[in-house]
Amino acid sequence: MLDHILSILIFFPALAAMLGFVVHKDSMRSYGVAVATIEFALSLWLWFAFDSTVSGMQFMEQIALVPTFGINYIVGVDGISLFIVVLASFFTMIGIASLGETKDIKNLIITLLFLQMTMAGVFSALDAIVFYVFWELSLVPMLYIIGAWGGPLRIYASVKFFLYTFAGSLVMLVGMLFMAYFYFQATGEWSFAILDWYRLILPESFQLWLFAAFFMGFAIKVPMFPFHTWLPYAHGQAPTIGSVILAAILLKMGTYAFIRFSLPLFPDASVYFMFPIAILAIIMIIYTAMVAYAQKDIKQVVAYSSVSHMGVIILGTFALNVEGITGSIFLMIAHGVVSGALFFLVGVIYDRRHTKYMSEFGGLAHVMPRYATIFGLMMMASVGLPLTINFVGEFLSLLGFYKQSHILTLLAGTAIIVGAIYMLAAYKKMFFGVVTKEENKHLPDVNKRELIALIPLAIITVWLGIYPKPVLGTINTSVESVVSLMHEKAQTQEAKSRIPNIAKEASAAKNSVEEAH
Amino acid sequence: MLSPVNVSIESLNLMTLVPMLIPIVGALLILVIDLFKSEQDRSLYVMLSLLILGVDFISLMDSASVFHKNGTIMGVFDVMLIDGLAILSQFIIVGASMLFIPLALTHKRFHEFSYPEFFALFLFMIAGFQFMVATDNLILIFVGLETASLALYTLIAMHNRDKSFEAAVKYFTMGALAAGFFSFGSMIFYALTGSVEINQIAEVLSANKYADIGFVLVGVVFLLASFGFKLSIVPFHTWTPDVYEGSSAALAGYMSIVPKIAAFIVAMRIFEFLIHSGVVWLEVILYIFVVMTMTLANVWALVQTDVKRMLAYSSISHAGFVMAAILIGTTQSNSALFLYWILFSFTNLGSFSMLWISRQKNLPAHQQSDHSYNKFAGMIKTAPVAASIMALFMLSLAGLPPFGLFWGKMYMVSSAITGGYTVLALIMVLNSAIAGYYYLKLIVYMFMREPIMEDSGHIYSANATLPLKTIIGIAAIGTIFAFLAINQLLEFITMFVYNSGY
Repeated sequence: MLDHILSILIFFPALAAMLGFVVHKDSMRSYGVAVATIEFALSLWLWFAFDSTVSGMQFMEQIALVPTFGINYIVGVDGISLFIVVLASFFTMIGIASLGETKDIKNLIITLLFLQMTMAGVFSALDAIVFYVFWELSLVPMLYIIGAWGGPLRIYASVKFFLYTFAGSLVMLVGMLFMAYFYFQATGEWSFAILDWYRLILPESFQLWLFAAFFMGFAIKVPMFPFHTWLPYAHGQAPTIGSVILAAILLKMGTYAFIRFSLPLFPDASVYFMFPIAILAIIMIIYTAMVAYAQKDIKQVVAYSSVSHMGVIILGTFALNVEGITGSIFLMIAHGVVSGALFFLVGVIYDRRHTKYMSEFGGLAHVMPRYATIFGLMMMASVGLPLTINFVGEFLSLLGFYKQSHILTLLAGTAIIVGAIYMLAAYKKMFFGVVTKEENKHLPDVNKRELIALIPLAIITVWLGIYPKPVLGTINTSVESVVSLMHEKAQTQEAKSRIPNIAKEASAAKNSVEEAH
Repeated sequence: MLSPVNVSIESLNLMTLVPMLIPIVGALLILVIDLFKSEQDRSLYVMLSLLILGVDFISLMDSASVFHKNGTIMGVFDVMLIDGLAILSQFIIVGASMLFIPLALTHKRFHEFSYPEFFALFLFMIAGFQFMVATDNLILIFVGLETASLALYTLIAMHNRDKSFEAAVKYFTMGALAAGFFSFGSMIFYALTGSVEINQIAEVLSANKYADIGFVLVGVVFLLASFGFKLSIVPFHTWTPDVYEGSSAALAGYMSIVPKIAAFIVAMRIFEFLIHSGVVWLEVILYIFVVMTMTLANVWALVQTDVKRMLAYSSISHAGFVMAAILIGTTQSNSALFLYWILFSFTNLGSFSMLWISRQKNLPAHQQSDHSYNKFAGMIKTAPVAASIMALFMLSLAGLPPFGLFWGKMYMVSSAITGGYTVLALIMVLNSAIAGYYYLKLIVYMFMREPIMEDSGHIYSANATLPLKTIIGIAAIGTIFAFLAINQLLEFITMFVYNSGY
């Protein structure tokens, strides 16, 4: 069974969703929770069975799909994707478990289970077309979630979300087809397998174009600075569960794809575009942080702060060294946990008051002490307080980029201070002072169902903040192999010097140890 | 004195005629039955047609295996040409017809299906299309084209509504114009080369190195205009939405598939050698037509308020997309054309059938047209299964993986890249993104709006009977599980296309 665990992880929720049509709507919630728990248990099993000393792909499966055209169903995980797969099933589980009372709960849970299939698929696909299939398929459930359960502008928001991402990924598809054609020219065989592509060394001019084509798809998904306009709408209109999954998992598809595709396939182009992308990332960090400060709606604050932190992830990724990439992958998980939790928390207050304006609140700390505590913790984590999960990722990402450019890292670092300002301001407005509104005087504190989601997230936030090693070590092993692959493939002098040679560093370290003896 | 013609029967290769003769004999049989006992139930004719088409399909499989062994076969004084293109396109023509004909068994009675003539004409039409694709003789192409078109005009008019007469006349006028253009074009090529066989025209033209390039240009313009009408290439497309609107949804779906594949084959035969002749302006003309057809039809589809008209414009856009294959002109692109069209016929027939089963007999007072978007509002609440199937077809048409049409699209774009048309590939995918909007619009109406129809979902399947549901089920299964069949299809198609030298 372990041989096929990835396929089971991908298709079990889809099968369960199909059978879910038969389940009576009163029992649907229990059914959903049961299925998602099994899925999460399977993903945990995957983690325990995962050998963290191996840097390559594990649990690989291969089934021929369209062998004449080089398309095969290939899945596998390494340290880079493992934790995101686990995180996805975790969020589906707590998301379904903490669902509030909504209309059509049966359809919502079925949709969420389909979404879980696509998420597991994207992060474990090792064939570009299979990746693309899941990548595009993930749009449909999200479209439905935003469009059917969202706020007043839901149709506009959902269609904008869909079309924006759809257009970007079609350009990416052209890039993929080009890549396969290059592979065909080089070897005489069609192949869309990513691991085959890794072996291909492309001339720099082609790399630049292909990088740009892939960039369109990924940057819109992340979303990076000029393409971010769909996200505030999507978050603003989506129901709580939609925002949580979107921020925690779906956005990570873009940053994950950068590491899976762009860096190892186009090392020279990655170096070439390093500074332009870093500047975009820094604009993204600073600009969205400032926009977040200007928001009146707490959900928009969280949404913009989530975009802002995605900038740090991009910055870490394009540090192109082990510290930066490891940090950015860790930050993906951290960002998933923290911003997911923040969206949950916003959902809690929205369920009670049906408003998201901060001016409507004030003094909530007296009325809802437990809520205020958890919100405070998550907010501290979001601004990157040491000993919380975000700090580890942000620190490593910035450390990685510090090796490439001091001044840009400094700019990014100041932005984190801006982050602290708007978050603390928002917290002050909502929780401190006296209770001004009559409606707020008797709000019930967080209930058991909400705690199911929030307590595990709080525990992870602190646990991985204090002791990140079990996760970090596994990530590090795989990242090292990616970086050394990039160094080997790099052709330009610039790229060779920007991407560190791990083998040399390791031997140098060994030598120095021997000298010390 | 004329000397007696001495031709042995074997050298005529009469077997090449069998696939066309089967529907003709079948049509005559239906007429004869009507002579002996009229006023029969339509189910008799439907099942008879289905049987005849089934036999036709089997005879095609037979000629496919002959082609597989011996290669291209000529017959009947070398007029018939049974090559891979002919066989593949006849498979599509007969297959799509088999999917279409059970749609006559609706719950409500539409009177055109009660006449045996409808089915006889239908079978004659199929024979016409089969002749059209299985020859490279311009005269026989013309005969086939006209047989099929005249039958089709009548089928449209038989729907017996004001708009269907308008549609039939419009289609007839445009078709007559196209026929005129076609004969003019053929005449010019005959004058230039002294032959009506496409391969000989190509030989003569390349032997004298396109000396009379001016006349070739005029001839090509005429032929292009003629195929422009038949394939509804922009700017010759104006009849399409009106004709689709006027004919029944089932027939409109059929028209978006079968006549077009026949015209594509002829266009492929004619333009293939012209494209490869190295005459640049021809490529430019075709390029402009392809881009205009894809893009403008998409833009018009955006603003439609009726689903059927939207689908009409979308099918124009799809035709432009496929026309790109002829422009690219490689084996991969020609195979992509067939792959695309096979997948497209499943999806498009499915979506038009979904409109067909929701067709009311008379137009309700508050509705502007038969299939306005508003009619589908909130369908997920009242008819969840139908809404999901409709959404599936829309997603497939939009090219969302892993549904059927995505694979066709992907292979087509890939062939553009391989053929060196990178900009075209980008235009193609950006058009798919634009198209996403109007397919999504229907999904938005179905899934995200509140229902405005008071009756409880019955209208969406007012016409549904078991045969119709079966057809839709086949189309849906074909759309969902296409990815399992792509490999075999691709191997099969590529072998046939490659072996016929395209």
